[in-house]
Amino acid sequence: MPLLDRNGAKTDDWTLSPDGAADAPRVLVAFDHVQNALAGNGRGRRIGVAIANTIKAEALAPFLTDLDLVSIAFPSYGDGRGFSIAKQLRHLGFKGTLRASGPLIADQFAYALACGFDEVELPEAQAARQPVDQWVRAAASISKTYQRGFGAQNILDARRAARLAGK
Amino acid sequence: MYRYDEFDARFVRERVAQFRDQVARRLDGALNEDEFKPLRLKNGVYLQLHAYMLRIAIPYGTLSSRQLRQLALIGEKYDRGYGHFTTRTNMQFNWPRLRDVPAILDLLADVEMHCIQTSGNCIRNVTADHFAGVAADEIEDPRPTAELIRQWSSLHPEFDYLPRKFKIAVTGSAQDRAVIKAHDIGLRILRNAKGEIGYEVMVGGGLGRTPMIAKTIRSFLPKDELLAYLESVLRVYNLEGRRDNKYKARVKILVHEIGAETFSRLVEEEYARLDGPSIVADPEEVARIAAYFASPHYEKLPARSAAFEKGKAKNRAFATWAAVNLFAHKIPGYAAATISLKAIGEAPGDVTCAQMRVLADLAQQYSFDELRITHAQNVVLPHVEQDDLLAIWQTLVEAGLATANAGLITDIIACPGLDYCSLATARSIPIAQALAHRFADQKRQLDIGELNVKISGCINACGHHHVGHIGILGLEKSGKESYQITLGGDATLNAAIGENLGPGLAAQDVPDAIERIVDVYLAHRQNGESFIESVRRLGLEPFKAVIQEKLHAPA
Ligand code: SF4
Repeated sequence: MPLLDRNGAKTDDWTLSPDGAADAPRVLVAFDHVQNALAGNGRGRRIGVAIANTIKAEALAPFLTDLDLVSIAFPSYGDGRGFSIAKQLRHLGFKGTLRASGPLIADQFAYALACGFDEVELPEAQAARQPVDQWVRAAASISKTYQRGFGAQNILDARRAARLAGK
Repeated sequence: MYRYDEFDARFVRERVAQFRDQVARRLDGALNEDEFKPLRLKNGVYLQLHAYMLRIAIPYGTLSSRQLRQLALIGEKYDRGYGHFTTRTNMQFNWPRLRDVPAILDLLADVEMHCIQTSGNCIRNVTADHFAGVAADEIEDPRPTAELIRQWSSLHPEFDYLPRKFKIAVTGSAQDRAVIKAHDIGLRILRNAKGEIGYEVMVGGGLGRTPMIAKTIRSFLPKDELLAYLESVLRVYNLEGRRDNKYKARVKILVHEIGAETFSRLVEEEYARLDGPSIVADPEEVARIAAYFASPHYEKLPARSAAFEKGKAKNRAFATWAAVNLFAHKIPGYAAATISLKAIGEAPGDVTCAQMRVLADLAQQYSFDELRITHAQNVVLPHVEQDDLLAIWQTLVEAGLATANAGLITDIIACPGLDYCSLATARSIPIAQALAHRFADQKRQLDIGELNVKISGCINACGHHHVGHIGILGLEKSGKESYQITLGGDATLNAAIGENLGPGLAAQDVPDAIERIVDVYLAHRQNGESFIESVRRLGLEPFKAVIQEKLHAPA
């Protein structure tokens, strides 16, 4: 499925293998198999996990240092649970790639980036209707936000800087 | 009042451009109607029965003369010469064209206004006590807190796709005039034993299909922790709130299902984990916002105004208006004046563009350029010298705005109902009009005293009928409008949900039934007790008979 990040379209070099059996350099496994996949990982593979948005962030805590990617499912664009899970995973110290997977719309890209996501994986039809340039443009539509996040610059720090400069 | 700095101004401009782009992408098919819908809703654009409707945010109900004049301009240019104030203190225009909306948003941005998050499953316009900065019993003006929340909640990346809408209200007084217990989050500013200022945090109130009174989950939250704590409440709701059923998706259902204690524990656990300092505002920032709400420069005036007393002695109608529509100001010689938008026979909350200009002029001349919109759909001039009241009243009389009924039985709250709203099951405005006509007699209204009638045109309860002393809910029963009457609701800190008096009545029977209810009260009241006090003492029984009578009366 099409994949994009803040710079535009991107190739997906992960191999989906729910039970972790695939012999590939980057393997995306289901939540139930993450422990086994990491334990039997003598082959130098990189492991990622794909989770539903009903999985609690803490459930992933023991694995976060060993995981290279967490892909959080968005069953529909109206279901915003993934945004909170992404933030929690970042607070828990996850440094790998965070992927939002599902029928998001371009207008949510800035939110996804601000919550700590790096990339979005879209169903074909969605990507066909909403070309990549729309996503890149939408992500830049608000230059400074009222929240500190992982994405755009924010007004809180801009005001702080202006105050300090004024002193 | 708050003024935009360069960052606020740019933010709102970029938001307008963003909406223009969204409309363009809808038109070229990049966005389908399902995808566009939440985007237009989050910009206040509804599709109503007959047309699009635009809902403009009036944060915590505070408005300047300049802003109100701009609303008058928009109403004339893009609508039919009038607007409507809602129970969330917003302004609605009922007839704009979709293609004009971006231009309207530009005009709003010119006067530091917007439509951001006036609808949709996100954090809505924050409301506050309409007598903020006026009331003598105020611990702290709630508006700086509300403004802080407005900014924090604007396009919050994590909370724009919540299970359902989310409403926050703030009060800074001992008396609650903001109905905080009927909100998803109600904040009450208070002082702890050490004299420090903080908030009592209540969660899970709401009206609608399942009315609930909010429960306290934190009895004292230090002031500087507010935003981080709110973030934790919203995160718990975003993750745990139900998404399987629209009618069970509000936070009140979650709080009800898992219990306030469990909810509170989840919030505290999340709060302990999150990175508070990255969320809360700098003390300098809090001070910057608060400075905009500093008291205006009041004159030193005698507590009693001779001109005011003389005016009342000479003019009975003015004296009545003054007795009913004024609210005591904390500063000697001043008053806050409620301007009723409930003239007998008019739609509650409607105001013509000409009236908007009169109100704007009055505020500029007499009230430090400031107006307030109340959740009861009236307007307040918050700081007027008592010496000026007669002149103000005379202007109001000419503009058809001097109705002396604030808090009385004809000061009715009513939602738009079936005349405008696509969700409605019955009309509410005509019921309000019929009741107002029935009780139009001023002497009789005064004799009845304080009595809130609130009318909703469907179970969604935008007219707050659950917390009306008398609540009227319009439903549809086998193709006919049917009105259920509830009694004993209360919107203050003693918040209570009204109880149903019995089966629904036909529209034409409602005024009679309300009249009989009032008669029962007048016959039973003791020692000057108010309607709601009598209902509390007597219980529902003596009133129920009225409905039975009406139902069984020969047609
Ligand atoms: S209560 Fe119902 S009819 Fe009235 S405005 Fe709300 S949704 Fe519409």
